[in-house]
Amino acid sequence: MSDTVLVCAELRKRFGDVQAVNGISFRIEAGETFGLLGPNGAGKTTTISIICGLLEADGGTVEVAGSPLTARSVAAKAAIGYVPQDLAIYPDLSAAENLRFFAKLYGLPSARARQRVAEVLDVVGLAERGDDQAKTYSGGMKRRLNIGIGLLHRPRLLVLDEPTVGVDPQSRNAILESIERLASEGMAVLYTTHYMEEAERLCDRIGIVDLGELKAEGTRAELVALVGQHDRVQLQGTGDLEAGARACAGLASVRAASVRDGAIELIVDHARAALVDLLQTSVAAGVEVASVEVDEPDLEAVFLHLTGKALRD
Amino acid sequence: MRTALLIAGKDLRQRVRDRSALLIALVVPFVLASIFGLTLHNVDTGRITFSYALVDQDHGAAARSFLTDVLGPVERQGVARVKVEQSLASGRADVNAGRVAATFVVPAGFSAAVAAARPASIQVLGNVDDAIGTLVARSLAQSYAGGIDGVRLAVAAVGPTSAADAGRLAARARAAPPAVTLVDVSATRKELGPGTYYAAGMAVFFLFFTVQFGITSVLDERRDGTLARMFAAPVSRHAVLLGKLVTSLVLGVVSMTVLAVATHVVLGAHWGNPLGVAILILCGVLAATAVMALVATLAKTPDQAGAWGSMVALVLAMLGGSFFSVSQAGGAIATLSLATPHAWFLRGLEDLAGGAGPAAVVGPAAAMLVFAAVTGGIALTRVGKLIEP
Repeated sequence: MSDTVLVCAELRKRFGDVQAVNGISFRIEAGETFGLLGPNGAGKTTTISIICGLLEADGGTVEVAGSPLTARSVAAKAAIGYVPQDLAIYPDLSAAENLRFFAKLYGLPSARARQRVAEVLDVVGLAERGDDQAKTYSGGMKRRLNIGIGLLHRPRLLVLDEPTVGVDPQSRNAILESIERLASEGMAVLYTTHYMEEAERLCDRIGIVDLGELKAEGTRAELVALVGQHDRVQLQGTGDLEAGARACAGLASVRAASVRDGAIELIVDHARAALVDLLQTSVAAGVEVASVEVDEPDLEAVFLHLTGKALRD
Repeated sequence: MRTALLIAGKDLRQRVRDRSALLIALVVPFVLASIFGLTLHNVDTGRITFSYALVDQDHGAAARSFLTDVLGPVERQGVARVKVEQSLASGRADVNAGRVAATFVVPAGFSAAVAAARPASIQVLGNVDDAIGTLVARSLAQSYAGGIDGVRLAVAAVGPTSAADAGRLAARARAAPPAVTLVDVSATRKELGPGTYYAAGMAVFFLFFTVQFGITSVLDERRDGTLARMFAAPVSRHAVLLGKLVTSLVLGVVSMTVLAVATHVVLGAHWGNPLGVAILILCGVLAATAVMALVATLAKTPDQAGAWGSMVALVLAMLGGSFFSVSQAGGAIATLSLATPHAWFLRGLEDLAGGAGPAAVVGPAAAMLVFAAVTGGIALTRVGKLIEP
């Protein structure tokens, strides 16, 4: 039985002459991470602002955990944890005070708020510095506090708007790990980014947004398939390469096989899944494999195909 | 209301940690009130005492009368100190050395001339460096000469008489009640002493900056993204705004109360009936908050709100008499000052200074509430813009 947490249907928003969001629709199930991938100005933040009740849409509907969302709705908003793109914390309050304030704003009773503050401080790795004013934190610590506030009330839907912008690699990795853990615990996650590698790592499904429109939506493989590209595997080695290529060509996942420059070149569906079979088959055919190179078509290529421009333009 | 109080509690915690807020709300107004009050203390309390010398070359009844009937009462009231010099030279030396503001010289034959209805005069040697003291001395001599003139004319009108008749006439004339007298009527509105005036003036001036920390922090929070974060929570936007207003009101009331108590204890300011003062403070805080709310709805950024708020606070304070008494200027300025809460606040304190109870401040309090209602009402029509994330 599906457990749909977010349903967006035909969202529209115009600012003056600019159609910022133009008929965007998608849904997210519990435990699923959905990524909105697009360049700056594509309409990701406007879409998120509508979903969080910060902006009134000109058209379309949003339903969160079964409740329709408007700027005044309480039930729907209570199910959302919002992590804005820029730091939205009080620097002259401590992390614990920041968390306590937002916990109470979300209506958590005092005892429950105390418990959740302690838990969230632990989750975001700020338990040791919880009583220090946030202005004394490093950039990464502030980012983690920024995310922690969104987790306080155990939302069914966590909305993160480019949470890793300007974050050092170590903190970025910690943030991504936290999100993976939350999704594995059943939280639905809506994640916007213009970093392709983050979308590929985190997201079960991805929506590609440009000029306010959802150009395509699906799993990574579905999106890649949409543009007709396949994985490429190159097996370098010695021995009977021709025999190896012929043997591999007989596998169901292999679309084409050839020998070029002392290596077997293979065009494959789902290279990662097929890799073990490819190695076993080529070794059985008399090839001594020295190295393997897998080249999977990425979302950058998909984006280029769908929009005619690079993701970071 | 729970949300509003939660937001106000958070804001107040931030303000307590913000030293600039404490400086503006408490320290600066107290220091300025101290400086103004101490500088102008002597002017107000009427403690200026002029020093005079008297050289009596006459030694007659009229000369003694000048000393006892004119200079005596003035000395007893603390307005002047009079010392008697034995010679004109020593009297002149006192003036030249600046020891006295002026020396009265009653010339020989003064009393006889008065008795004979002949022209008589008292000389005043004035210190050029003490123009006011000299002017007062001339006035004293002039007033006595005016009285003497009345006697002289009475004697002249009766015609040639004996010396005894002249003396009796003079005595009767002196004993007759004056045609015109000045009566000190106790006014219900008293002028505030400088300590109180500047304590109140500075307090109400800085009140406008203090309340700004509450309501205009909406703009700070919008810039910093925390306003959007609050609006994403299941709370009403108007509750957020109400929280900011509560912050302004609490900051305003606390700062004014602390300043009133501190200036009373430390500077000796007399604010008047505590309940009356409390009513004035509450109404003043409401008026200041409403003005600053209007400024916040007009401004687009916190910096703009800060600059505009400062300008509004300064203009209203100058016009309303926070720095100097505008009522003494008279005319259009005095009338215009009544369009400011500052003027009504100070007027309310003047009403209380007469010893009146809280009922005396009903008028000023109502005027401040009208001011709050008008400016707050305009702000209310624009509040939708303020609570956009």
